[in-house]
Amino acid sequence: MDLLEYQGKQLFARHGIPVPDGRPARTVDEAVSAAKEVGFPCAIKAQVKIGGRGKAGGIKIAQNEDEAREYSDAILGMDIKGFTVHEVWIEGASQIESEYYASIVFDRGAKAPLIMLSTQGGMDIEEVADNNPDAIATLHVDPLLGFQDFHGRRLAFAAGVDADLVRPVGAFLHQLYGTFVAEEAMLVEVNPLIVTPERTVAALDAKVTLDDNALFRHPDNAELRDPSDEDPQEQMAKERGLTFVKLDGDIGILGNGAGLVMSTLDVVAQYGGAPANFLDAGGGSKAEAITSAVEVILSNDKVNAVLFNIFGGITRCDEVANGLIEAFKQLNPSVPFVVRLDGTNDVEGRKILAEAQLPNVHTAATMDEAAEKVVALAKGEDA
Amino acid sequence: MAVLIDKDTKLVVSGITGREGTFHATNNKNYGTNVVAGVTPGKAGQNVEGIPVFNTFKDSVDETGANVAMVFVPPRFAADSILEAADAGIPLVICITEGIPAHDELRVYTHLQRTGTRLVGPNCPGILSPGKANVGIIPASFFKEGNVGVVSRSGTLTYQIGNTLAQAGFGNSSIVGIGGDPVPGTSFIDVIELFEADDQTELIVLSGEIGGDAEERAAEYIADHVKKPVVAYIAGFTAPPGKTMGHAGAIVSGSKGTAAAKAEALEAKGVRVGRTPTQVAEIAVDILGG
Repeated sequence: MDLLEYQGKQLFARHGIPVPDGRPARTVDEAVSAAKEVGFPCAIKAQVKIGGRGKAGGIKIAQNEDEAREYSDAILGMDIKGFTVHEVWIEGASQIESEYYASIVFDRGAKAPLIMLSTQGGMDIEEVADNNPDAIATLHVDPLLGFQDFHGRRLAFAAGVDADLVRPVGAFLHQLYGTFVAEEAMLVEVNPLIVTPERTVAALDAKVTLDDNALFRHPDNAELRDPSDEDPQEQMAKERGLTFVKLDGDIGILGNGAGLVMSTLDVVAQYGGAPANFLDAGGGSKAEAITSAVEVILSNDKVNAVLFNIFGGITRCDEVANGLIEAFKQLNPSVPFVVRLDGTNDVEGRKILAEAQLPNVHTAATMDEAAEKVVALAKGEDA
Repeated sequence: MAVLIDKDTKLVVSGITGREGTFHATNNKNYGTNVVAGVTPGKAGQNVEGIPVFNTFKDSVDETGANVAMVFVPPRFAADSILEAADAGIPLVICITEGIPAHDELRVYTHLQRTGTRLVGPNCPGILSPGKANVGIIPASFFKEGNVGVVSRSGTLTYQIGNTLAQAGFGNSSIVGIGGDPVPGTSFIDVIELFEADDQTELIVLSGEIGGDAEERAAEYIADHVKKPVVAYIAGFTAPPGKTMGHAGAIVSGSKGTAAAKAEALEAKGVRVGRTPTQVAEIAVDILGG
C-alpha cells in the first residue's frame, strides 16, 4: 500500500524523524485556516500517489491568505497524470541550504534492506543513478543485526556529506531504518532530505510503501487506505476477497491461481485478444465465490466475452460449474462465455455444465482452444 | 532418484488439526508419503487419521525421527513455525502458507542461511516426486514418474505445464514449487543445481513469472553450470507495471521485472522459452523425442 506524502510524514514523526509542521485539508476553507495556523509563507502541496506533481503545478508557495485561497482552489480537484487531487497538505515553508536523497528499499535480490544516500537530492534519482552513479552511496543492512551507527557514518562519508553533518545525517538514517522495520515498509524514500541554514536535517517529502501482508499487525496503518482513489470495480472485488486487477481490454478472464491467470492473459493476447481484467478466484473456490466473481467481471460494461480457465487442484470443477450456473440464474449475462475445465472432478463439472444447457456458453478442451474461441467471440465472430 | 523428497522422507505437519492441514496431510499420506507426525501446541496425544500429534517439533523429531516439515499454519504464525522446525533440527521445511509478511520472510531467510536448514516456499504448492512422495497440495493423480524436473513459482501454472507434458508422454522426476513471494527460501538456482545432479532428471523445465530477477540469475547460472537441457516458460507478458498480479512477488516495478526481459535473458543463454505451456511441451518433445 502506497501512502500519501503527509501520511508518510506523520509516520516519520511518530519515529522521531524531523518533518515540517503541517496540516491536511480537503476543502479551500480548511486549507486557508490550516495556512493561518502554520503561518506564512507556507507550501500547498497536492496529495497524490504519483511523482512529478511539482512540475505539474501541484506545489505552490503562498505568501498570504489570499494566495493560500487561490492556490488551494487551483490545486484541489486538479488532475495529475490521471490522479485527481482530493487533498492538499499545508506546511510551513522551509529554509533550504542543500538537498539530499535518502531511501531504504526491500532488496529482493540481495534479500536485505538496501540504504541509499546521495547529496544530489531534489531531482529524479534514476537520472542521478544513470549519469553519476558514484554520487549515490549504498549499503545493505543485515536484517538480524539491524542498523548500526557505523552504517550511518560509512554512508555519509561515502556520499560526500560535510563532516559537521555526518552525525545528524547518520542519526536521520538510523531513524529512517527504524521506521522501515517497525512499520514493515517495502520502501521509505525522502527526496529531498533538506539541510537547513542552521545545519539541521529534515524530511521535506515522504514516499512510503507498506507491506499489505503485514497490515494485520498495524491496524492504524490499515486505516490509511483511501478507497476513493481505487477503481470502483477493484474496490468491489476487494470487498469480496477476490484477487483482481483491472485491465483495458474487452475480454473478462477468470481462472484459479495467479500463475495460471497470468498465463491465460498472455495466451489470449497471443491470439489477438485484449483482456479486461486479471481475476484469480483462488484455491478451493466454492460456488458462491464463482458467482460473486462473475458479477465483478460483468460489472465492467466493456466486457463482451468471458473466459473461464480452471485447472482444479484444491479447486473442484463441479463446484465451479455449479457456481457458473448460479451466476447465470442471477445475472442472466448477455455476453458469450468460453469455459475450460480440467483437473479435480473435471468429468463431473463438464457433465453438470452440459446438462444445464446454459445459453451462449462454449466449451474448450485446452487453454489454447479456449483463448482462440473467446477472441473470436469477442470480435463478434463464430467460435 | 528424485530431488528433496522421496521414500526416505519422514514428514511432520504443523497445523495438522486445522481443516486444511488435516485434509492435505491425509491426502499426502494416502499418496504413500511417510507422514510420521503432526504438531499442534496443546494437542499432544491426539491423532489425525492415525498420525500422532505432538506439542512441539522437537518432540516429534525425538519420537519419530521426522526429517521434513510441512508448515500449514496461518500467516501470522508461519514464520515462528518455520523457525521452530529449523530449531528442532529438521533439515527441510516446506511452507505452503500464503500471505506471510515480507519482513518475517527476510528474518527467517537470513537465519536459515546460517543454520543450514533448507526452506521451500512460502506460498508454494509443495513438492511432488511421483511414485515416491507428495508433500503439499499438488494434485498428484495428474503426474507420473519420469525424467522431466519442473521448478516453478506458481502452483496452478505448474499443473497446467505438467499436464501438457503428460499429454505429450512425459513423466516427472520431481516437481518443486518455490512459491510466488518476494523472498523464497529456495531459488530456481538451488533447485536447478539439484536437478543437474539428479540421475533421473534428463530435462529441466523452469516456470517463471514477472517480478524480481530470479529468472535472470537462473539464466546466468544455467550458462555456467548446467549441461542438461532447460526449457523455460514466463507468465505475465501482458501484466501492467505497478500492479501485483496475485502473487506478492509478481509485480513489475518501473522497467524492472518484465516477462520480456526475463525471456530475453534466458534465450540469450541458450535456454529455449515457450510462449505458452503447450509450446513448452512441444519443445520438450523436440529435445527428448516424443
